Amino acid sequence: MRHRWDWSKEISGCGLAGLISRRGRKVSGEVPIRAIANLHDRGNGLGGGFAGYGIYPDYADHYALHTMYYSDQAQDLTEDLLRGHFSIAHSEFIPTRPTEGIGDAPNLWRYFATPRSTRSETEGEADTVMKTVMRVNDEIEGAYIFSSGKNMGAFKAVGFAEDIGRFYRLEEYEGYIWTAHGRFPTNTQAWWGGAHPFCLLDYSVVHNGEISSYGINRRYLEQFDYKCTLQTDTEVMVYLLDLLIRRHGLSIEMACEVLAPPFWKTIDRPDMDPEEAELLEALRITYAPATVNGPFAILFGHSRGLVGFNDRIKLRPMVAAEKDDMLFISSEEAAIHIMCESPDRVWTPQAGHPVIGWLDESVTS
Amino acid sequence: MEIDARGVYYKQLNEQIREAVGRGETRIVLRNVNGQRYIGGGLRGDDVTVEVNGVPGNDLAAFMDGPTVHVMNNAQDGCANTMNAGRLFVHGDAGDVVGYGMRGGSVHVKGHVGYRVGIHMKAYKTQSPVIVAGGTAGDFFGEYLAGGTLVLLGMERDGKPLVGDYCGTGIHGGQIYLRGAYDPYHVSTEHIAVAEADAGEMKAIEKDLEAFAEAFGFTLGEILSEPFTVLRPKSHRPFGDLYVNRP
Repeated sequence: MRHRWDWSKEISGCGLAGLISRRGRKVSGEVPIRAIANLHDRGNGLGGGFAGYGIYPDYADHYALHTMYYSDQAQDLTEDLLRGHFSIAHSEFIPTRPTEGIGDAPNLWRYFATPRSTRSETEGEADTVMKTVMRVNDEIEGAYIFSSGKNMGAFKAVGFAEDIGRFYRLEEYEGYIWTAHGRFPTNTQAWWGGAHPFCLLDYSVVHNGEISSYGINRRYLEQFDYKCTLQTDTEVMVYLLDLLIRRHGLSIEMACEVLAPPFWKTIDRPDMDPEEAELLEALRITYAPATVNGPFAILFGHSRGLVGFNDRIKLRPMVAAEKDDMLFISSEEAAIHIMCESPDRVWTPQAGHPVIGWLDESVTS
Repeated sequence: MEIDARGVYYKQLNEQIREAVGRGETRIVLRNVNGQRYIGGGLRGDDVTVEVNGVPGNDLAAFMDGPTVHVMNNAQDGCANTMNAGRLFVHGDAGDVVGYGMRGGSVHVKGHVGYRVGIHMKAYKTQSPVIVAGGTAGDFFGEYLAGGTLVLLGMERDGKPLVGDYCGTGIHGGQIYLRGAYDPYHVSTEHIAVAEADAGEMKAIEKDLEAFAEAFGFTLGEILSEPFTVLRPKSHRPFGDLYVNRP
């Protein structure tokens, strides 16, 4: 690409791009890199990242713990903790290459691990992983587990997203779901842990916007043992999704109704189905502190699919497209044309209503 | 003349366009456009035509002052932002905030338009901007409309409501035409006067409908086969009593 970047102004707004092959066909990490490069000007070089699903077939049954360490001591303490609770099948440096524009990397390690035993009969494997992530991120200074799902992984840094993709050699990975993010931080400083995606277990979120309700959401999540340690508002989004979907058993659609509930005037419409209205009212009341207020467009990856989702009044852009078994979602249509030459259908999703691409059951089972 | 825009950064692309216009080119065809912003931005020349093949980036024809632009595909967000004069034809869908603060000229979109279309469009003396959209519109259509004319045709609706919620919120000038049935729930009558379009009002948009029909292969007859509703502000200061004055 013959680009000469214009450094004289910030034309801003984070950029998102994502794709899913419903049939589980693998796509090279080169594709999301090129898509997010098209959205270069939406970021400002202060953060970016990717999440890929299906990328670790050799360790598909292990939790892939991606970890950044800012000191050797942080690594020692974390590894002591992990060895106490997990069987570690394999651990290694996350492969990177020296890349212009990416500097001062923390130590990047990944562990393919399985909880050795759960701490109580009611606690599942996933709870053990979640508690370990919270404990490391909160209690061990300079250690952060930034990705903890099975057969998936997040790759993030400070820099421009396409450079970050090269740094992590993502063209060497293949996945059936990818999300990508170019960051334009507005409220907090740029650091590696604060870049997107934000992940817990198999959930990952990349986000364009800002969460005005961060304080309320964070206090609410603390009651359920989630600790916000990464200094970026988007962190609450992934923990809310884990709470609502994994722990409370809500469907993805219903979790979206919680994050961006219909306005009261919509619930009160005379032609609204009474049962539907009762459900929506109950969700709003029960989960008032889980409502995410403020402008957002997110891509939410998980082990069963990909979700694109907007705030209720469309304060951030989002476009979707389909081709055969592929679903593409992005901040701008141009990035979709990088991922897919001639989509069958391009449309703008309705604000407050998720676009969901499900993996076929043959892929997830 | 033709310009191959593949892989060209927006800044260089727009420099090439301005250079060509400066040399006296009146017809410029852009090939392989994909996401470059500000195409036609601030461009002058009433006799200049730009044809865009591919999907142009945000703020297409922003501050444009005279030329005619044809986008042969979909357009992204923010086209005709603060446009002053000229004509924009989008032969597909257009994104959010079409014609934000637009001051003159016209925009014709064959398909759907996104959210906040025509927000704070305005008119002054002989300057009166027009946006005609052939499909449906998202929420906040004509929000804070201060002047000019929005026309929403709904020729193809694809199962969507003609216009989204909060249509005309804060309108204090200009008019919105809706063709055919719409959901009254989406149009609050607190600040909006709603009436069927009379002969004079239809006459006022006849040329714009003809331009739409000609550009996108419709007949005036099919466009006029449904009745039009006109929305106008009840007051030029709808929120005058909200913060300070006692009503």
